[in-house]
Amino acid sequence: MCVVGIINYLFIYCWSCKGTRGPPTSGAPPVSGAQNYSQFGQGENQNGPPPMGAPPQRPPVSQPYTPGAVNLPGPQHPYGQRFGAPPVSMQHMTNQMASMQVGSTAPSPAGPGYAPPSVSQAAVSAPYTPAAPPTFPPASTASSQPLPTEALAQAPPHSYYGALPPVQQPFQNAVPTFSSAGPTQPQAPPPVSPQSFPQAPPISQPPFSTAQVHPGPTQSYRGPLPSTQSSFPRPPHPTSQPSAFPAGPPPTSIPSQLPGVMQPQPPVSQPSPYHSGPPTTSTGFPPQVGAPPRPSFPGMQGPPMASQGPPMASQGPPMASQGPPMAQANHILPTQPGMPPGPINASLSGPPPQPGMQGYPPQQNGAFGQVRGPQPGYTGPYPGQPNYGAPPAAPASAPAAPKRLDPDSIPSPIQVIEDDKANKGSEPFTTGVRGQAPPLVTTKFQVKDQGNASPRYIRCTAYNMPCNSDMAKQSQVPLAAVIKPLAPLPPDETPPYLVDHGESGPIRCNRCKAYMCPYMQFIEGGRRFQCGFCNCVTEVPPNYFQHLDHTGKRVDCYDRPELSMGSYDFMTTVDYCKNNKFPQPPAFIFLIDVSYNAVKNGTVGIVCQELKTLLDYLPRENPDVESNIRVGFVTYNKVLHFYNVKASLAQPQMMVVSDVADMFVPLLDGFLVSVSESRVVIESLLDQIPEMFADTRETETVFGPVIQAGLEALKAADCAGKLFVFHSSLPIAEAPGKLKNREDKKLVGTDKEKTLFQPQVSFYNTLAKECVAQGCCVDLFLFPNQYVDVATLGVVPTSTGGSIYKYTYFQAPSDQERFLNDLRRDVQKQVGFDAVMRVRTSTGIRATDFFGAFYMSNTTDVELAGLDCDKTVTVEFRHDDKLSEETGALMQCAVLYTSCSGQRRLRIHNMAVNCCSQLADLYRNCETDTIINFFAKYAYRSVLSSPTKNVRDSLVNQCAQILACYRKNCASPSSAGQLILPECMKLLPVYLNCVLKSDVLQPGADVSLDDRAYLRQLVSTMDVAESHVFFYPHLLPLQKLDVESMALPMAVRDSEERLSRGGVYLLENGLNIFLWVGVSAQQELLQNIFGTPAFSQIDPNMTSLPALDNPFSKRLREIIESVRAQRSRYMKLMVVKQEDKLELIFKHFLVEDKSNSGGASYVDFLCHMHKEIRQLLS
Amino acid sequence: MATFQEFIQQNEDRDGVRFSWNVWPSSRLEATRMVVPVASLFTPLKERPDLPPIQYEPVLCSRATCRAVLNPLCQVDYRAKLWACNFCYQRNQFPPTYAGISEVNQPAELLPQFSTIEYVVQRGPQMPLNFLYVVDTCMEDDDLQALKESLQMSLSLLPPTALVGLITFGRMVQVHELGCEGISKSYVFRGTKDLSAKQLQEMLGLTKPAAAQAGRGPQQPQVPPSNRFLQPVQKIDMNLTDLLGELQRDPWPVTQGKRPLRSLGVALSIAVGLLECTFPNTGARIMAFIGGPATQGPGMVVGDELKTPIRSWHDIEKDNAKFMKKATKHYEALANRAAANGHIIDIYACALDQTGLLEMKCCTNHTGGYMVMADSFNTSLFKQTFQRVFTKDEQGSFKMAFAGTLEIKTSREIKISGAIGPCVSLNAKGPCVSENEIGTGGTSQWKICGLDPNTTLAFYFEVVNQHNAPIPQGGRGAIQYVTQYQHSSGQRRIRVTTVARNWADAQTQIQSIAASFDQEAAAILMARLAIYRAETEEGPDVLRWLDRQLIRLFMFHLRRSPFLQVFNNSPDESTYYRHQFMRQDLTQSLIMVQPILYAYSFNGPPEPVLLDSSSILPDRILLMDTFFQIVIYHGETVSQWRKAGYQDMPEYENFRHLLQAPVDDAQELLHTRFPMPRYIDTEHGGSQARFLLSKVNPSQTHNNMYAWGQESGAPILTDDVSLQVFMDHLKKLAVSSAA
Repeated sequence: MCVVGIINYLFIYCWSCKGTRGPPTSGAPPVSGAQNYSQFGQGENQNGPPPMGAPPQRPPVSQPYTPGAVNLPGPQHPYGQRFGAPPVSMQHMTNQMASMQVGSTAPSPAGPGYAPPSVSQAAVSAPYTPAAPPTFPPASTASSQPLPTEALAQAPPHSYYGALPPVQQPFQNAVPTFSSAGPTQPQAPPPVSPQSFPQAPPISQPPFSTAQVHPGPTQSYRGPLPSTQSSFPRPPHPTSQPSAFPAGPPPTSIPSQLPGVMQPQPPVSQPSPYHSGPPTTSTGFPPQVGAPPRPSFPGMQGPPMASQGPPMASQGPPMASQGPPMAQANHILPTQPGMPPGPINASLSGPPPQPGMQGYPPQQNGAFGQVRGPQPGYTGPYPGQPNYGAPPAAPASAPAAPKRLDPDSIPSPIQVIEDDKANKGSEPFTTGVRGQAPPLVTTKFQVKDQGNASPRYIRCTAYNMPCNSDMAKQSQVPLAAVIKPLAPLPPDETPPYLVDHGESGPIRCNRCKAYMCPYMQFIEGGRRFQCGFCNCVTEVPPNYFQHLDHTGKRVDCYDRPELSMGSYDFMTTVDYCKNNKFPQPPAFIFLIDVSYNAVKNGTVGIVCQELKTLLDYLPRENPDVESNIRVGFVTYNKVLHFYNVKASLAQPQMMVVSDVADMFVPLLDGFLVSVSESRVVIESLLDQIPEMFADTRETETVFGPVIQAGLEALKAADCAGKLFVFHSSLPIAEAPGKLKNREDKKLVGTDKEKTLFQPQVSFYNTLAKECVAQGCCVDLFLFPNQYVDVATLGVVPTSTGGSIYKYTYFQAPSDQERFLNDLRRDVQKQVGFDAVMRVRTSTGIRATDFFGAFYMSNTTDVELAGLDCDKTVTVEFRHDDKLSEETGALMQCAVLYTSCSGQRRLRIHNMAVNCCSQLADLYRNCETDTIINFFAKYAYRSVLSSPTKNVRDSLVNQCAQILACYRKNCASPSSAGQLILPECMKLLPVYLNCVLKSDVLQPGADVSLDDRAYLRQLVSTMDVAESHVFFYPHLLPLQKLDVESMALPMAVRDSEERLSRGGVYLLENGLNIFLWVGVSAQQELLQNIFGTPAFSQIDPNMTSLPALDNPFSKRLREIIESVRAQRSRYMKLMVVKQEDKLELIFKHFLVEDKSNSGGASYVDFLCHMHKEIRQLLS
Repeated sequence: MATFQEFIQQNEDRDGVRFSWNVWPSSRLEATRMVVPVASLFTPLKERPDLPPIQYEPVLCSRATCRAVLNPLCQVDYRAKLWACNFCYQRNQFPPTYAGISEVNQPAELLPQFSTIEYVVQRGPQMPLNFLYVVDTCMEDDDLQALKESLQMSLSLLPPTALVGLITFGRMVQVHELGCEGISKSYVFRGTKDLSAKQLQEMLGLTKPAAAQAGRGPQQPQVPPSNRFLQPVQKIDMNLTDLLGELQRDPWPVTQGKRPLRSLGVALSIAVGLLECTFPNTGARIMAFIGGPATQGPGMVVGDELKTPIRSWHDIEKDNAKFMKKATKHYEALANRAAANGHIIDIYACALDQTGLLEMKCCTNHTGGYMVMADSFNTSLFKQTFQRVFTKDEQGSFKMAFAGTLEIKTSREIKISGAIGPCVSLNAKGPCVSENEIGTGGTSQWKICGLDPNTTLAFYFEVVNQHNAPIPQGGRGAIQYVTQYQHSSGQRRIRVTTVARNWADAQTQIQSIAASFDQEAAAILMARLAIYRAETEEGPDVLRWLDRQLIRLFMFHLRRSPFLQVFNNSPDESTYYRHQFMRQDLTQSLIMVQPILYAYSFNGPPEPVLLDSSSILPDRILLMDTFFQIVIYHGETVSQWRKAGYQDMPEYENFRHLLQAPVDDAQELLHTRFPMPRYIDTEHGGSQARFLLSKVNPSQTHNNMYAWGQESGAPILTDDVSLQVFMDHLKKLAVSSAA
């Protein structure tokens, strides 16, 4: 019954979804959905009740949600106001959500409360208008509407998102239709709709209509929908939907409840099973259908509509339920206000919300319940804001039945994170238990290695793997592990032990060659061992023999790390070395662009100056010993200058190689030197380089030959190593690897967009292969002033395990610190060279795909010329046979590498996860952050070969399938209008949305191709913690900072509505830190931070905070430093003043909001996702 | 009139010319019958301390196809101020500056004693001299050290305004930028890739010569053009000395069983290209110092595997020298480029093994450069030879001259067949060019990039007068040599030598023709021809050809000489010997073919003795000068005395004097000779005695009965025929006549 796996319910109105898919789905889902539900036991338990019984359970969830809904009346206002434009979408969602809930809650009691929500949309117009107007009027309405249209115009593809904005128009149309249809109710409309659609066509409208309309079973909706659909490829659906709708019980249901609203939903899917639910749900959806709601609304809404605009007015009436909502959605606030008409809402929301709400709270505590929690929390922080009104509502709602979807009611990342911290952060995580999901990456915890690799090394998407491929396929949950083989550990954890098996080398399975590990089963008194991966039996070498104890364990089990630990290192023998000879110590070669641009922007001087001290901090294994790493220097523009810095020379010698067509290293002796021996000469060189090129007029540069030079140098010295290339411009000089400027923004959004991510010449691929063969890792520091074709220049770094750092428009005063910190870290960090990584697995699954910065010459070996402590490789597994629940699934990641002292070593990470034959188990033990990491990498790689839109669609699709599968197989039956998310994955939609709207997949007009290529490559090597914060930035309210405590204030969600005008916030995403200052921030706060009480006197160009002698300033700077210390790249601080032009950039990171580039808001996306799921279920 | 002997001597002293015939048969038919063609050995820069250069420019015949220079043989009409060209009979006006001319006021060029005269061209800028050192760094440390010292020393010998450059090579080729502060810079090139001048220019970032030339019109004498790679000695003296001092042995590791990778071909190519880009048609000397064979890249002559030896004559005959053709082609191309730009390539090859001189010979032979072969840079042979390159005359100018061109004008009855010597054709066709080519033919002009007072070329002529068009009695045929060159002072000079010889009808005046035969000159001329053919044709054929030509005693030695006989010589040695033979004057050439042997004994004053094994006696000290070697050979008895230390005893002071005499004479020879000969002091039974034994006529060998065991002379262990046998055979042949 109360299975751990908790389910959160969301009630969403279909209408919010795109017209395209929405309709069809909605139509079909009902039936199937119903059946499915019944089938799944677990699901039923939880779900089953949902409609009715569920309520109790759900309550928590629903409540949280509802809160919003409930509050509707009050809260809504605030939202509306605050949200302004962005809110629009949110509202939609909320409204819809609300309505959904309503459906479930149906219970009239809520009615009143609900009414608002559903009404809200409609209502918005009239009653609220007043309220809304205050805040919104200017910004919200104006912005919201206009934006949408624009968005649509620009990016038609974004059907759903775009759709919303257009709404208005659609509404109008819709409304009218509705009005007519309204009476008839959904059924009629649907059929008609198809036809009407064609007519409706108003393209612009369509989008909206679609979004909102879809749901709208009514004709009116369709009208709009079709258009949208038409604009989309899938026009046909409409028809189907219509039919579905008609079938829908709507009529019945409707009648009972808010006729209009309810009905529409019912028709959708659930009719039978959910009856009760369905109605609600259906209502939720249907509402869109609108027919029913409209009718009821008409009156209510009508007014609002009218108030809003003439069209509205007209619509208003018809819209009644839906129309209004829709309209409201757009209008946002207004509609809601309309809600008040409430009765409808009440009825709608009433039932579902209540149950859900109540039920949930208890269950979810974690999930939705949290939401509430947070809300209160939020409210606290935001007290001042009217917007927050919502929160207060929440509490209210909690008790009462929630009404509609308000942002606080949907799963909150912050809440999840905080709960995890609270639940799991306190005690150490021991890895001894198989299949135990670790705490979230955002939680601080200690790891005790008891036989499996620490989550710092390996994180899996699923800790219960499906036993067979059918299950895996059905669930669509990616099976992947994110491996960071050389991850740094916190000081309180023991680094991997070094194991030496002597001259014969590490002991391995004879067949699969897996290394000795805790999964090897010793048998026959310890004379042989059976491989846990392939089951092959291997003799134990005499010198490794040990007796077994009564449990069959070796007596020395706990003396040997390889028998008791998840991670350890092996010393290797010469057999593990290239060419059967022990490697030379690696070398670092610094290649510095000295063309005009580089000299002018100061990088040459900065690099040279920094290197003088940095060279003392080359990586070493033993801090007391000097680093074995040798260094070499090259400068270049159109030609290359090598430097002989042999210790015996009085002056360095420069050797110019101008034959860039056929690169070679002009010298051997004296090029790579030990820092300590040649210090004087090196310093002299670094002093002279900036002088020598101070007057250069050479603007052209080469790039290919530069890497070739480093490669050749390493070849000549017969060692592995790393190249640090400091480069400024597109390499247009005549040489191999010459590039042309191909920046063409017109290609963005077309099928040819993928070419922009592909290298423009194949030269670098070949070069990368050679580099890997030599163990030559390339780190690239870019200082471009214009397009440099990162996609092409990055090929070698990303194929060799290197990194790319990009400092666009580099200016020494403001960017120097960031660059230098990155450089220092990059030079100093632990790194292995010439690495080969192999992942072995239990029979039954296989590592099939790999993501990261490496090269593969076959299908199993991941070759990394360099592997540093920040690099992550994501591995995807697929079944090639069945797994057993007893043995679980084992994986062993072995990385053979040359340490910085030139030792050849093996690092072994072992990981065992459970196997399950029940889908529910799978869903109970997943890691959303890791899944997102995988999805992001997968999608970012796919853009190389598919149009971006397809990539986005397939992501949405897969996600929908995952959730649909859950819904179908694991969740208890509930109304189709309910969005049910597995507890472990309740953040999947919000995070996925962040991925979808990231710059790579959905760029705004101001995002350069280089940035996209850069981010694409950057993400490919991110670990889970980095990808998490990258996609869902960390937003800290500082006004509540407790200077006494070491704890950070609780983060808030990435939405503008969470920002208080009186607050100061810190936002970081792993690449940047922003300090957002509200216009009405307290003077004292400002004084503490900036040393000035006046908002206007804050210098937006400052890159570091003044060191003021007050606790607040100190603590803030500490926080910033500690945040920076957590990330692999130094984050430059930018101060953003509210309402300053810079704020646009900042808003880009408020990922729960609708983005300028057309990215959906969280709420919108959630609705869309629901729509998709419903479609799948039907 | 003096004897022909005197006439010949006088002519040689005054004009540096020796003809095979000093009276010329007057028709083609007769000339052909003479077997030895009418030909001359000409030393363009014959030292003439008594000849003051004239500070104006020569007067030229106005006929476009002639352009002969006014000379003492021209008929002059002093009243009309006209002169008749003695080659084309064109009548020319004297230029205005000659207005004051009269029988009593003749310009120098009309005076008979100025049959050779030197003009100084006043126009044009002063050209800088360029010295580009191309230094191999793949050598043992002491060798390199010695070389570095020699090079540093040479800087002090250069005129301060001369431009110097430095290219070093090993596995890579480095062009050093001179005169930079702080960090020393060099441009490095891969040793395996040849570069065109254009590529090189781009890679070195050289401004186009056009730009430099644009400003050439006006005088810019004090600021000779220079660039980063070629800088005036005075400016970068210290810098370059330091640079040379820091030169390291090529740092690239050489694994056991391998030769170091030496990119000689590319280094030379880059040197040629560098000068081509910067100083075309300006005197320049590329001096390549080579410690071994090129082992990689274009121009490689042997692989880097030590187990495969460098090609021998045997390999070459068997067509088994796989790199030779390609390498030769490479160096030929370089030589031609250098020659076209008037640049000299010197090769100083110091190694025990061969260095590929065979392949590189064009470089020196086409450009008039020096080829010096020694065992090590650490020998006095190299050191002194190198020092002697920079010999100066009394005026303090180098004896070397640069970028010369030599043009020949002839009377109508005679035409030019070709030239043999350190020159390349300029392909100047003209009325006086014969279709019948001998040596470098088909032209009347040659480029001789490098000249010194000894440089001697052989010119071959063809009498084209038909038998039925007799030349009037007393007619003379004239030949004018016009040599333009860049004097080491930077001036351009023109030296004009005009000579004339009588025509004689072979039928009626065969005696006088015969009397005019210059045996020595003819011998050398034929030898040059033979060597030229030996170089371009198959060896044995040349010997046969030579046999068919008239034969003299001299020829016996020539046949045995290293110039034609490759047995016992490496290809490089042969090349070296031939190179020297092709450019030395008559006297030196004679020594080369038939070494001189002096005998010192208590029996009387030193005397020349026959180059015969019979001359090798126990109580004699022999001094042999083969040009390349100077051998002092102590006879058996003498050497025993010496070992016994008699020379140190006061009572045997005469013995000490006897020992000292040949040494003193040898020193004298050593001092004047260029290149320095190898000095060998040996004795009876000494291993180095082979140098002597291989040269002498083996009149006594181990298998000729009448000499074996006799007291006099020493038997030579050889299968070579002795002169006696040779002559016997020759007589037989001559009589049989059918040969």
